[in-house]
Amino acid sequence: MVLREGGPRIEVAPRPFPTNRGGLCQKGWTAADLLDHPDRLTSPLLRDRPGAPLRRATWDEALDRVVAAIRAVQDRHGPDAVAVFGGGGLTNEKAYALGKFARVALRTRHIDYNGRWCMSSAAAAGLRAFGVDRGLPFPLADLGRADTLLLVGANPAETMPPLLRHLADQRARGGRLIVVDPRLTATARQADRHLQPLPGTDLAVANALLHIALTEGWLDRTYVADRTSGFDEVRRTVAGYWPAEVERLSGVPVADLEATARALATVDRAIILTARGAEQHAKGVDTVTAFINLALALGLPGRPGSGYGCLTGQGNGQGGREHGQKADQLPGYRRIDDPAAREHVARVWGIPVSDLPGPGVPAYALLDSLGTATGPRALLVFGSNPVVSAPRAARVESRLRDLDLLVVADFLRSETAELADVVLPVAQWAEEDGTMTNLEGRVLRRRALREPPPGVHTDLEVLAALAARLAGGAPSYRRTHNRGPRPTPEAAERFPADPQVVFEELRRASAGGPADYAGVTWERVERDEGVFWPCPDPEGPDTPRLFTESFPTPDGRARFHPVTHRPAAEEVCADYPLHFTTGRVLAQYQSGTQTRRIDALRRAAPEGFVELHPDLADRLGVAEGDAVRVVSRRGELRAPARLSPAIRPDTVFAPFHWPGAARANSVTNDAVDPVSGMPEFKICAVRVEKA
Amino acid sequence: MRIVIVDYGMAGARIAAELHARGGDRKITVLGAEPHRAYNRIMLSTLLAGKIGEPDVELTEAAGQGVDVRTGVAVTAIDRVAREVCTADGDRHGYDHLVLATGSRALVPPLPGLHPLPDRVIPFRTLDDCRRILAAARGARRALVLGGGLLGLEAARGLAARGLDVTVVHPTGWLMERQLDPAAGAVLADTLAGLGVRTALAVPATGVAADADGVRLDLADGRSLHADLLVLSCGVRPDTALAGAAGLAVDRGVVVDDRLRTSDRRISAIGDCAQHDGELTGLVAPAWAQARVVAQVLAGEDPLARYRPRPVVTRLKAAGIDLAAMGDATGATPADGTVHGGPAEELTFADPARGTYARLRIRDDRLTGAILLGDNPAVGTVVQLFDRGAPVPADRRSLLLGRAFGPAPAAPAASPALMPDAATVCQCNDVRKGALVACWRAGARTVEELSAATRAATGCGGCRDAVAGIADWLAGAEPVVSR
Repeated sequence: MVLREGGPRIEVAPRPFPTNRGGLCQKGWTAADLLDHPDRLTSPLLRDRPGAPLRRATWDEALDRVVAAIRAVQDRHGPDAVAVFGGGGLTNEKAYALGKFARVALRTRHIDYNGRWCMSSAAAAGLRAFGVDRGLPFPLADLGRADTLLLVGANPAETMPPLLRHLADQRARGGRLIVVDPRLTATARQADRHLQPLPGTDLAVANALLHIALTEGWLDRTYVADRTSGFDEVRRTVAGYWPAEVERLSGVPVADLEATARALATVDRAIILTARGAEQHAKGVDTVTAFINLALALGLPGRPGSGYGCLTGQGNGQGGREHGQKADQLPGYRRIDDPAAREHVARVWGIPVSDLPGPGVPAYALLDSLGTATGPRALLVFGSNPVVSAPRAARVESRLRDLDLLVVADFLRSETAELADVVLPVAQWAEEDGTMTNLEGRVLRRRALREPPPGVHTDLEVLAALAARLAGGAPSYRRTHNRGPRPTPEAAERFPADPQVVFEELRRASAGGPADYAGVTWERVERDEGVFWPCPDPEGPDTPRLFTESFPTPDGRARFHPVTHRPAAEEVCADYPLHFTTGRVLAQYQSGTQTRRIDALRRAAPEGFVELHPDLADRLGVAEGDAVRVVSRRGELRAPARLSPAIRPDTVFAPFHWPGAARANSVTNDAVDPVSGMPEFKICAVRVEKA
Repeated sequence: MRIVIVDYGMAGARIAAELHARGGDRKITVLGAEPHRAYNRIMLSTLLAGKIGEPDVELTEAAGQGVDVRTGVAVTAIDRVAREVCTADGDRHGYDHLVLATGSRALVPPLPGLHPLPDRVIPFRTLDDCRRILAAARGARRALVLGGGLLGLEAARGLAARGLDVTVVHPTGWLMERQLDPAAGAVLADTLAGLGVRTALAVPATGVAADADGVRLDLADGRSLHADLLVLSCGVRPDTALAGAAGLAVDRGVVVDDRLRTSDRRISAIGDCAQHDGELTGLVAPAWAQARVVAQVLAGEDPLARYRPRPVVTRLKAAGIDLAAMGDATGATPADGTVHGGPAEELTFADPARGTYARLRIRDDRLTGAILLGDNPAVGTVVQLFDRGAPVPADRRSLLLGRAFGPAPAAPAASPALMPDAATVCQCNDVRKGALVACWRAGARTVEELSAATRAATGCGGCRDAVAGIADWLAGAEPVVSR
């Protein structure tokens, strides 16, 4: 989209672009409504003592308070006692700077971000299979030319509506769409075939599809032999997943499994995409791996018009996971425990490699440890609202309350900001320059259209000011008109507030890494409708399609990994007899901090709800609109019932955008995937009661 | 702890893997009489059909530290006093716990001409059997299958897929009589006929004669059928020889308790050879569930783990055949309609010309049995409801037809004229018909103008046709008046 400055008001206008083809949903159209929203924060807020209300404060006062508290905590408990929590909506420049700020300015190993709850399972599975994690290894437009497209746990009709333009193309060309989802979603309604498995059984479904492809002789044995390793063990594993047994486990009829395997295996171009429905499980990495195994056995990745990919969940869900917001990661998608990577990045950052902290812990483990004997005692949050979005949210809320210092940088008073000791008002998207990387691995420009309002600074300016104070200690900070804190010379060099300067450093830091941005410049991004990474050379080509020749693994082959089904971390029982799953609705986004404040979106989706099948409602004596309680071992949510035959009678659904009584994450399970740290948002055991 | 597992079939391989996955300081020895590594018996009919090769039926196996798998080693005796097993090659293996997973053997019926088994007469049970059938089928034109149960039909289907002319001979009046009622059996026979498998029903075999040229099967009605090979599929019998000789309690199978322990607490039995609560299983899923329980107990992970049998679902799925049978669907409804609990309900649907038959029995809102043959879109749901004892849908038709027909969702109006103003046309941008009409009245005429003014069709684009339809309708209903 582009913005038009229509007099005093900024308006959104569509712009033809290969990814969204000019499409915008209501959230995009109304995105400018928040720029001058009455709830917009335009002054730092500060709490004088625990329990006191937040009051307005000057930037000097707020930053002094933050720095003094960080020093006090670190003096007493060491550098790791301060933690940073980022977000998948931050620009590449901010994500990069935040990772550097944590390691260099705070010298803490504790940084992670909300993308851990979004992309981490697909990322881990992609890395171990392909050696690289890029959501789509091909341009999105390839979807429109697929003969068969399998969407697993994805509902783009509500979460990414412009993507459906590509699906319409696909259908117009005679392609088949198959959707795997426990709910008959708006996306599933458009499908030629809908598989409606019990939540938590996608992995077994994938193994059964591979079993069928094997028994029908549909494997691409040449591809398996030439381009992959490790198939034999996968073959032996899926031999144990005969369709009848998986039908019994998942409820997906054998005939549907067969038809799906056939549709994928017997066409020229087939694409398999996963999203959160498959990934947000304590076995999310293995579930994605099962679908990657299927794609590899059919010879899809790297074949023109075919492949495996995952759909990204946040504005910068791809770029935000590449440049060091993750606990175990350095810029360019390097590993923080890789000596060569540490050497390279320490050199770019101008610090001794011994000063670079090691890996921290994944997001939920980090939040779960806050304020405990061994956990951090101070937390800085940028672009996230874990009070609403974290699993087992009441527990997380209690951890945040036990901190010595909670700092939240946001432009609205999110539910997390309400708990903060210091709230720092930051710029919105239309007020800052930078880059984002979309689900295609395509680096895009974000352009500032106006200055932030008085009293508001960009995240980069905040980081620069904090770093300066932490470094110098002197009152080195002087506020100029709207350009924000002025750091000391050295800190200014180390933490520049100018995003283009940050990007230039990001290019150097990422050079030679898997996500290599060395050849990406803002100018090139603007000229070429985005640049696909890896792009190591400013004069050389970018990479719209990965894997065409080989995989970025040591031997150039993609790697199979045998994976087996296991039950959900919490199974249903007599006391909690129903499955509970969560997701999004069309008119709301994430924790709703932004979208719940937009009138048009609030009208379209005013409140949380619990979706349940009419048969289940009947047994519970619940009618449409009745208040119901959904109770798990961890907490409960209360919301009106919405009856729909679109959901399995053994499963209930609630969207996760609302705080308070309707907070879905009061109920969710904090069991996490052992590899990715992804919490099991998509399945736990509950009972439903009429409230 | 030394654990010895006797036989390396699907159950033996599974328990080895389950134990290995639990780590710990255990020495696991697997002794398998068959010369190959563990394979998936369920896939043998696919192997027979020629779609896959032998490596494709291999199962994953426990390998690595602490696991010693020896194939081609037959166990000949158990010395319970010394806690050792003896093998045919003269070895002895000491155990702290012994798991018997000896499986079952194909039954050879007591017919003249079958003792000893002629070359052209082969049971269908093991990978070796499969190899022999394949060898005999090479160059063959006709095959006979004696026994119209699940396995016999799978073998028949596999051979037919190879292009052989196959006849199944079955002594009872209809196929799979333990799982099906006569009507379902008849539909199944028709389905098989369409796939090139003939059936000779209600006629016992009386004798077999085989020579280098072929095999002849004599039937009680005086007919004689000729073929190049005869496959026997006349049931199986648990292999309890070792257990019996060792003095363990044996009935039809080796008697085990809920922990799968035999009458000797240091010896467990799982899979086809075990008899739990009076029942033999003969299926893989229960064998694997049993393997899990034994592993949980032996590994100390869950000393209270107990085997709870799940209801049996018989599933025959091959190209052109889709059959699921479970529970009490074969029996007749009691005259008074009640046994215990509420009245019995019965749902049926039959379309024999298209090979579809469904019969479901329900009591107290729970499925007690079902036969589904042919195209039954709800088969996955039915299997799960039966398996879990979950309540059936209020609209019973959905069990037969795959979807509910209850209060229908508001169908899209045939004409924009019939659409209420409040009807949402564009979901993505929450645009109602009324807003589009208002825009038209304000001067917007084309889809582009309506979209620009209301944002309809600017998201996923799926409602563009609907917006165009409304524009056309408005153009017809309200001719533009030139000013």
